This record gives sequence, structure tokens and C-alpha cells, in this order.
Amino acid sequence: MTPAPAPSAALLDATGIAKRFGAVVALRDASLQVAPGQVVALMGANGAGKSTFVKILTGALKPDAGHVRIRGRDSTVASPAGARRSGLVPVYQEPSLIPDLSVADNLRLGDTPVDRFRHWISQLGLPGLRQDAMIRALPLASLRILDLARALAVEPDVLLLDEMTAALPTDLVERVLTVVRAQADAGRSVIYISHRFTEIAAICDRATVLRDGLTVGDVAIEPGIEDRIVEMMLGAGVATAAGTARRIPLPQSVPRLSVRGLATGTRLTDVSLVLRPGEVLGVVALEGQGQDELFDVLAGNRRATAGTVEVDGHPMTFAHPADAIAAGLTLVPGDRAHALLMQRSVRENIALPLLARFGNWGGIPARDERTRVGAAIDRLQIDTRAQGEVRRLSGGNQQKVTIARWIAKGVQTLLLFDPTRGIDIRTKRQIYALVRDLADQGAAVLFYTSELAEVRLACDRAVVIFNGRVVDVIEAADADEPTLMRAAYGLTEKTGLIDKTGLIDKTGLIDKTGAVA
Amino acid sequence: MMRVLAANGWTAGLAGLLVLLLVVTKLIQPSFGVSGLDNLARSALPFALATVGMAVVVIAGGIDLSIAAMMAVASVTAAVLMDGAGDGQAVFAVLAVLVVGLAMGALNGALIVVTRVPDIVVTLAMLFVWQGVALLILNAPGGGAAPWLRALAVGGVTLPGVPPALTDWLPRGFVFLAVVVAAIWWPIRRSKLGLMFYAVGSDSQAAYRSGVPVGPVRIAAYAVCGLFAALAGLAVTMGTGIGEPIPGPYLLASVAAVVLGGVVLGGGRGGILGPILAVIVLRLVRMDLTLLSVDPNTAAIIEGLIMVGVVMFGAVLATQGRKT
Repeated sequence: MTPAPAPSAALLDATGIAKRFGAVVALRDASLQVAPGQVVALMGANGAGKSTFVKILTGALKPDAGHVRIRGRDSTVASPAGARRSGLVPVYQEPSLIPDLSVADNLRLGDTPVDRFRHWISQLGLPGLRQDAMIRALPLASLRILDLARALAVEPDVLLLDEMTAALPTDLVERVLTVVRAQADAGRSVIYISHRFTEIAAICDRATVLRDGLTVGDVAIEPGIEDRIVEMMLGAGVATAAGTARRIPLPQSVPRLSVRGLATGTRLTDVSLVLRPGEVLGVVALEGQGQDELFDVLAGNRRATAGTVEVDGHPMTFAHPADAIAAGLTLVPGDRAHALLMQRSVRENIALPLLARFGNWGGIPARDERTRVGAAIDRLQIDTRAQGEVRRLSGGNQQKVTIARWIAKGVQTLLLFDPTRGIDIRTKRQIYALVRDLADQGAAVLFYTSELAEVRLACDRAVVIFNGRVVDVIEAADADEPTLMRAAYGLTEKTGLIDKTGLIDKTGLIDKTGAVA
Repeated sequence: MMRVLAANGWTAGLAGLLVLLLVVTKLIQPSFGVSGLDNLARSALPFALATVGMAVVVIAGGIDLSIAAMMAVASVTAAVLMDGAGDGQAVFAVLAVLVVGLAMGALNGALIVVTRVPDIVVTLAMLFVWQGVALLILNAPGGGAAPWLRALAVGGVTLPGVPPALTDWLPRGFVFLAVVVAAIWWPIRRSKLGLMFYAVGSDSQAAYRSGVPVGPVRIAAYAVCGLFAALAGLAVTMGTGIGEPIPGPYLLASVAAVVLGGVVLGGGRGGILGPILAVIVLRLVRMDLTLLSVDPNTAAIIEGLIMVGVVMFGAVLATQGRKT
């Protein structure tokens, strides 16, 4: 909780950065100072403005106000190439390598010194990488390493790493952390963005925390600091609204959905959960922890590489979304545009799942359709001159349509993926009530949300996924935001990842001098 | 390694198909020989140059629907400038036409990059613009071409000191094509610009993050396409001796050859040799069908089916390759 001393000669100094997109204010007053020889963690919850800040630092966006200085020179740069010239080299979350070119051609494209690239690539544990290998053919982990080696080879003053270790196996993570720490020890600077407190504790000197587009804190990393950081990310006055969780315990019945040891070979490594009829089960995870893959597998969009899925006690594998729908599992995707026919009417959109069955190409039973669709619209209070095109509705009403269509069909298991993202509070409340209604009628609902407060408002329990695994299961009554946030960052007793008092030295992963244990 | 083999395998397959078709042609028409080859070269030259231009733009992730109209502008510009002019002025005319081609292409590209209107819409609009421009320059076929220019693409190769019998079978049209492509595309392909074409076509977002100036590279790709369109238009005038203000069937033919030649619509993958071989294959198929006195309408249907068949065959080969 000691504030870090303001570095006198900051290598990178961003002050007073503001940026708005139309009516949305992404950044109000963000700042970040990085001194030579420091690794600084940049942290913030979803929607804090982190990615906008990164884009401004790397020159992909221009700020409306404020300035970025590198080595004292103004570098409110106009392009990634410009940022590079001024000495800041980013490694983005998505690989920035050209898939159809070979490794060697990618190096030529960025004017990367090949000798130094070779040095770094072997330091990072991929000495066998062939220069004539096509990027398209390489696994994601190798691409991340390649991207990092390419960045290191130009010897940047400031290296910016955005979720560098997200897709890496443990041995490569250790090598990356060692190399990053060594960069700082050699007098360079690193901005390190990560959800993983273990890594931050292992290599970072300070952490700068963003919330709602403001820099709310700048602290030195020391034992026990993660509680303080979580607190800063959440802010004061966490709202406590009445939840909808069921008061009466569920009867012990056969689970509607039972998932064991599910893995996809990519981000999802080991997820097990049980969902009973009448239950709303929350799923809580930071971006990219495997929740997308989990929902994809359950909806039949993707196949699992390991694990089992049982529906009503029967083992199932879904080769196609139609299989999942036939088993009573229906997905409401996070991106409304994926689910709706934007140019057709509300009525047609709601009716579509009723009709879309093979062997039913013929006439539409008009009266039946009208009744069911009408009932669904009433139930949802969709504000609509209902014959209009869906794309003319507000986001909240569109989201209601995506749920209404499954009510009209009669749903057994509803998979909601972040259904309230970007919609107003009144509509959110309606959606919570609707979800609870469905559950009371015997439906089972799996509810992923990126907004932690919703767990209390809409769910009975929540599973927390971190790094592809379930790390905690929390009852709605205990699901206050700090608890969920800590769990989402992997800070739980059960994982044994981190010791609350002694920090990283006890995990035996790495110590601050950079030597791999 | 597999991928390099697969990419070159496609081109090799096309070369094999071409040889096979030449044998078939000889069987259908035993008199097919030097003059037949020369005919093929002359008819294929404008198609081949247009195809190279289209291939460059498609590799860079775009498409240019105005290519045949740009050819018409180039053809009439050349014919008007050279009409009754001396040899020296004709050289100037050729250079002027190439500059006009570069400028037309660059304008197409700049409009796409600056307005952010999709390439397919911009170049469709420019198709009409260039069509109008061509008719304004010359409202009916006419004009002239310098004899030396025509001689570049007509007849067999003759080398001083070498008996004509040894070289005469090789049509000048093919030599012209090879020289032009080697002189323009080869240096680009070897340069960083060529790499950037592939990079932008493959993943423009990743290219941007790698520091590639995506906008200027797009414009450059369209400019190179314009340059090849100008050469193709020039080839039309070389072949006929006059300027043609009405665009020929080059647009769809070039897209067809690009696809058949192994360039992926959407960008980033493929080369130039494949599309060139493909365009010659398509011309030869048409020639054979004519020799077999197949009804032209039926011939068109057969050509279409061949295209779908070959591309489907390629996709099957690709999936098989991935499995093993």
C-alpha cells in the first residue's frame, strides 16, 4: 500500500490521456509512468479502458487529450510504425504475424535483425524453429514466442506485453518471465499486462491500476498487495441490490447437464460442472479463460478433445449445433448479430427456431405461430411495433428477441453468454426476472456474465473459471464482487497458486533475480 | 515444406495439363504447328497480361472490376498517339500509355483507401468511368500502331546468327509476355513491396501491427494492376493494329484464370505463373472446342464446368494433403 516513488526520469511518461468514442467515454484521465529498469503491471477490470489505453500507447489510436513521451520526446504517434521508431514495441494479444508468409519473410517485413532474433528465439526455448516454416502451420504458443523474439530483437526502450503468457505452457511461461525480468535488469522498461497475479508478483516492480478510464492507483508490488489492487479495480461503494436467487433449496434430481473434465486442447483445460433443472448457474471468468470454448462445446459449435457431457444422465457428443438443440441445449450468443436475422421482422425472428427443422420445409401453421410468438412478445415486454426490422430495435430489445425465440419454442436448457452486455439497467432487470421465471418453470440456465454484480442478481451459484479450469464454486449469497474478483484472478485457497502472505517466492516458480528455479 | 510443394504442385499440374492439351490439339488437328502456336500466343497475350494485373491485386486482398475498361483506355490512347507517327514518337506513345495505366490503377486504389468504399463497388463504378473515357478518346475502333511494335508480338523468334529453324517455333508473343513479367513482376516480388502485397492480402490487421503502411501498399497494388492493364491494352493494339474503345471479355476471363491459377480470392496466397498457365489453358480449351466445331454456346458451358471441376479437384487434393 506504499505508493511507489514517482520516477524522476521516466522512460515512458503518459499523462492525462482522454479518449471518447461518440458518446462513450473510454478514457478520462489515464496516466502511466515507467522508469528505466522497471517492469510495470497495467491492470484493470473489464471495461476499465485498458485496451483503449494500450492502443493509444502503441499508436493505433490518437488520444483526444494528454501526451505520451518516450525518453522525454513527444510521441503521440500516428501509427504502430511510428511508435516503433520512438522506441516502444508492443507484443499484442493476438499474434501480429502474417499467416501466409514464412518466418523469414515476416522478419524481413518488419526489418528485424535476424541474428538477434535467433539469439532470442533460442533463449525463449524454441531453438529448433525453422526460418522457412509458414506461420499458418505453427501452433499458437510458438507464434507468441516468435512475436516476443521479434520485438526483443529490435532492442526496444519500452516493451509492452499484452497477455503475453495467456496461451503458453508452463515451461515457456518461465522462460518468458526470466527474459522479461532480465530486460528490466539491463535498464530497459517493460509494461506488463496480465490477469495473473503470480506472474505480476514474480517480475513486476509496480502496478498501475485503471478503473472507469481513470488511473486510480500506482503501487509498489509487495507481499499482500493483491487485495489492495483488487479493491482499486472494483472501486468503493459496490452496489448491493436484492438478488433473485431461489430461497428454497432445489430437490435432488438428475442433473439436466453434467460436464466432467471438459477440454478443447486450447484454452479450456479442465472444466466440470453440474446444472440442475430449476437452477441458474453463473459462470464467472476474465476474458479468454476458456468460457468461449465451454459454451461453444455445449452448443455443438466445437468438439471437445477430452471430457464428457451428460444431458439428463445420458452421455452426449454434439457434432453440429442441431444436435445440441435436439438435446434441449440452446445458446444465446454474446454477439446478437450472430443470432438474429437483422433485416427481418421481430415476428419472423422469434418464429424461426419453431420452423427450422429438417423435414419441415412446407407450410407454416400460421395460427399456432401467431399465438406462440404473440405470447413470447407479451412476456418480454418487447417495445416494438413488432413487424419492424430487428436491426431498428435498441440493443436491449434485440437481446430480448434472442431470448424470446427460445421461450416460444419451449426451452429446457438455456446457455446465456453475457446476455446483458451493453444494455440499459431496466432491460437488464427484465432479463434477470425472465431468466428466473424460466428456471421456476423447470428450465436450467447457464449464465456467463462479464459483470460480476450480476451473479448475485441473477444466479443461484457461480462457477469461477481461471486459466481453463474451474477454480471455485460460490453460492449467490457469498458472491460479492471482491470475492468473485479474487477468484477470477485465481486468488483462491483451492488452487494453491499463491500464498496470501508470502507471495511468489514460496511457489518456487521464479525469484526476482530472474533465475528459473 | 509440404505447403511449398503443394503450391508449386498446383502450378506443375497446370503445366502438365497444358502439355496434355497441346498433345490433344495436335491429335484433333494434325496440321497444328508453328502458326497454330503463334495464333495461340497472339490471342492469349492480352488475356495473360490482364490476368497478371488481376492476380497482383487479388494477392494483395482486393479485386479490380475495371481492368477491361482500363485496357480499352490504354488501347485507344496508344492507337491515337501512334496513328501516322514515326518510330520515335511511337516509343513516347508506349511510355505515355504505361504512365496512364499506372495513374488509372493508382486512382482506383486511392479511391478505395481514402473513401473506404469496398473495392468491388469502387472498381465497378470506375469500370463505367474508364469505359466512358475510352469512348471519348476514340468513339469507334481506329487509329494505328507502329510496325515495330506489332512485330514484337507477331511471328516466331529470330536471333541473329542462329538458323531460324531452331528458334522459329517459339512465338514472339510468349517471349514478350515472359520479358514483361520478368522485368516488372520479378523485381517487385523480390522486393519488400512484394512481401507487403502478400502481407496485406493475408491479414491486413497483422500487417498494420507489423508496421506495414497498409493504405499505400494497397494503392501500389492497384497501380501495378493498372500498369499490366495498360500493357494488355497495348497488346490488343499490337495484335489488331488499331485501338478498341469497347472493353473485351477480359474481366471475367482474368478472374477465372486467377482462381484456376491457384490464387486464393481473399488474398495472401498464390503466385503469377499459375494464373498465366491457367489463362493459356483456357484459351487452348476454347481453341480445341472450336476446332472440334462444338457450338460456341455449348463450348461456354463446357468451359464453365471445367473451371468448377478443376477448382473442386484442387480443394479435394488440399484436404487429402492435410489429412496425410
